[in-house]
Amino acid sequence: MKYLLLIYEAEKRWENGYNPAETAEYGAFGKEFAAQIVGGNALKPTSTATTVRVRDGKRITTDGPFAETKEQLGGYYLVEAADLDEALNMAAKIPGARYGSIEVRPLMIFS
Amino acid sequence: MINLDRLCRAEWGHLLSSLIRAFGDFDIAEEALQEAFSAAVVDWAEAPPNNPVAWLYGTARHRAIDRIRHRARSQVLLAELAPFDERHLQSTEPDDAVPDERLRLIFTCCHPALAEEARVALTLRTLGGLTTEEIAHAFLVPTSTMAQRLVRAKGKIREAAIPYAIPEAADLPERLSAVMSVLYLIFNEGYAAAQGKELLRRGLSNEAIDLSRLLRALLHARLGSVPPEVDSLLALMLLHDARRETRVAEDGELVLLEEQDRNRWDRSEIEEGCALVRAALARARPGTYALEAAIAAVHAESPSAEATDWAQIAGLYARLLELYPSPVVALNRAVAVAMSEGYAAGLELVNALEQDLSGYHLWHAARADLLRHLDRRAHAIASYQRALELSQNASESRFLARRLAELGAPVTTIPPTVS
Repeated sequence: MKYLLLIYEAEKRWENGYNPAETAEYGAFGKEFAAQIVGGNALKPTSTATTVRVRDGKRITTDGPFAETKEQLGGYYLVEAADLDEALNMAAKIPGARYGSIEVRPLMIFS
Repeated sequence: MINLDRLCRAEWGHLLSSLIRAFGDFDIAEEALQEAFSAAVVDWAEAPPNNPVAWLYGTARHRAIDRIRHRARSQVLLAELAPFDERHLQSTEPDDAVPDERLRLIFTCCHPALAEEARVALTLRTLGGLTTEEIAHAFLVPTSTMAQRLVRAKGKIREAAIPYAIPEAADLPERLSAVMSVLYLIFNEGYAAAQGKELLRRGLSNEAIDLSRLLRALLHARLGSVPPEVDSLLALMLLHDARRETRVAEDGELVLLEEQDRNRWDRSEIEEGCALVRAALARARPGTYALEAAIAAVHAESPSAEATDWAQIAGLYARLLELYPSPVVALNRAVAVAMSEGYAAGLELVNALEQDLSGYHLWHAARADLLRHLDRRAHAIASYQRALELSQNASESRFLARRLAELGAPVTTIPPTVS
């Protein structure tokens, strides 16, 4: 099974750059689960986000994320896990889980 | 003549757990088992089998394989399936032919990734063998709503791959506590329905007690011992259930603990509950269930309301408050302090909880009671009035209305009648 682990946190925490100790923790997480991590990235803050919608064939482009929320999507991992328990155990070890929330979503497989 | 209804209730969870393990799919297992029971109605009238459980399992297995054959994608699964020895169908041996996987089933149904109401429904359906209609009726929701809830839960188990497994040792305490809270929720739903017409929905309390006994037996078979908190949970249920018959008067009105007829308390449940909680307390530092069970045991063993050791109860509530800081526990402690140290001391503690509990009818009721004892009639009336406005339970409303009448106050809110 593939799961997307979405890291939601108050991005204010990153306003003045990443904390090196925490960055090192992310490095350690990546090493520990290297065999299971298929991909992953950190995202620039929502101040850089642009949202596009097409309505009646017309494109509407707006500044900002699709919804204003207390916690913002700040990054993700795509992982391979045997079942939800294994995915949840990985999610709990992401440093961001201590400050924000990790949403765990199984991937839709089209065959 | 084999009683199929009874057999279904007794063996549903056992058979279902084994079929889910074999086929890896809740829906296929459930549909196949239902068909096997339907087939039994016809076939057994002519020739009852030697081993009904093995017959049901074998038949359900055939039905499940038929279903899977229709699903091209699942062909791989068939190859992995361990062969079933058909001789079991006519064997007279006990049911060792059908492996018991109910412990896995409990952990899957009570998985924290499922919504709480879904855990409750799924546990009653799969382990308790209740029908969707019965569960819907017990929770006062339309059958279609309950059916949808079950479908959604099974969908999440399948789509998110919630495992069908006993958790690893490291995760066991947390997962076991999730299981226990589901069982306690079922018990409480039966014991004091928040909005129901009757205060007691006996069926659910019985169901929770049966499931707790099952959990103990399964853990014992698997781990060789039962964690003390599981014993304490069963003790707590038994000690509350022992008072069941005396909690509501014939006219449907709530009867307070002090006024209950102790001769009608169920002695065998009290004895079993007290023995369980004593053993649990001797084995480990008490958890929340142990402390609550110990409080219930003090009440249960007291020969009369007047003889109640309120100081000990106040002490137990204080320890519970340390483990589980909640305003409702603090309210209970305040009442115990009122009974052991005096109404004024209790009232002071109750008043201090106003900010947290001013919307809770039992806070007003407890406060009203203390004010009544302190002869502050006008304040007592105002508090009973407020409690009555907030109460959503017919039995409690009648009780509050009577208190108001005793104080000579007009009842402004007409309590719902119990039919």
